Amino acid sequence: MSDSHAVAAANAGHIAGQIGEHSDGHEDHPAYLRHHFVSLEQQNETASFGMWLFLLTEIMFFGGLFTAYLIYRNWYYPAFVAGSHTLNIFEGSLNTLVLISSSFTMAMGVWCAETKRQKGLVWSLIATLILGLGFLGIKADEYHEKYVLHHIPGSTFSSQGFIHPSEEALKSGEKPLAADMAAKTEVYFSLYFAMTGMHALHMIIGIVLLCGMLWKATRGAYMDGNISFVENFGLYWHFVDIVWIFLFPLLYLISRHQ
Amino acid sequence: MSHTKGIKPMSESYKDHDPDAGHAENEQHIVSPKVYFIIFLSLLLGTLLTIGASYLEMGPWNPVVAIAIAVVKATLVVLFFMHIKYSSKLMKLTVGAGLFTFMVLVGMSLADYISRAWGQW
Repeated sequence: MSDSHAVAAANAGHIAGQIGEHSDGHEDHPAYLRHHFVSLEQQNETASFGMWLFLLTEIMFFGGLFTAYLIYRNWYYPAFVAGSHTLNIFEGSLNTLVLISSSFTMAMGVWCAETKRQKGLVWSLIATLILGLGFLGIKADEYHEKYVLHHIPGSTFSSQGFIHPSEEALKSGEKPLAADMAAKTEVYFSLYFAMTGMHALHMIIGIVLLCGMLWKATRGAYMDGNISFVENFGLYWHFVDIVWIFLFPLLYLISRHQ
Repeated sequence: MSHTKGIKPMSESYKDHDPDAGHAENEQHIVSPKVYFIIFLSLLLGTLLTIGASYLEMGPWNPVVAIAIAVVKATLVVLFFMHIKYSSKLMKLTVGAGLFTFMVLVGMSLADYISRAWGQW
């Protein structure tokens, strides 16, 4: 008998004990703990780890758009300043407030799930849903204003408002742009729609997932400690909030004073 | 994991690495509503600051200040709302490495554009 066999024999009792405990039934762990995980902590951490890897790819994706925005802003600076001045700073600020509040209600939802408060979870998710829809509503109003002003890039786009600013705009210090620079405001609005549009798409996907989660929560889901979905949805929702935290100052604010 | 452990010689170190023992850093940490509320208020304050700062004439510093405030706000969200402050070292390292890679990519792109027509702005 080799040494390793001897060791194996010596350990046999220990192993049998472990396997026995495990196959005895599932009293020692909840049904949602998958067998390839050692513990619930490991399973939860694995799920969050995967979610974070996905969010990091999302950061790279939005980061590319932000980099493009910064470079083009440097190239066509007067056009970007003039384009930025047409955005509604009140609606932008209001949307920031709405989205930060929805992040807070979502964080409270995660807390309610962790502490097994069903009513609290349902109400937190409803609040998050209403705030998310409110954000999209305000965004839609802003998009409508762009439509009215012919600021949507494409065949209907018009840069006339930048070549011949209105009396009101001239009074508030707006300077008329030369025709070739005014045409570059289309680049500003292309980036504006690409960035806020991708952000809004993420919000819409989030709201769809949120509706499904809310429906399940009203039927008593997530009260058995299996809250991985709530936590990882929370990560996604907060990420969308972070994107807006950068979009708002870059699109609306930094050219305000020029 | 525990099934294969038996093949190896039993030693004292085995006990130290008992996967069922649990490590302090892996344990679920429940962040209290009080912390969430303080972060919420801080984010609102940051929003007011960044709107206020945009009305001040700071020349080239306007974007710098705006981005600095946004970075602080995003850090608060990541650390507290997204629980990274209470997460394991693996998670902290992963997020840190991702953000570092992101900074390298953006930084090198911008460095290229700034240096290409050096002095001709």
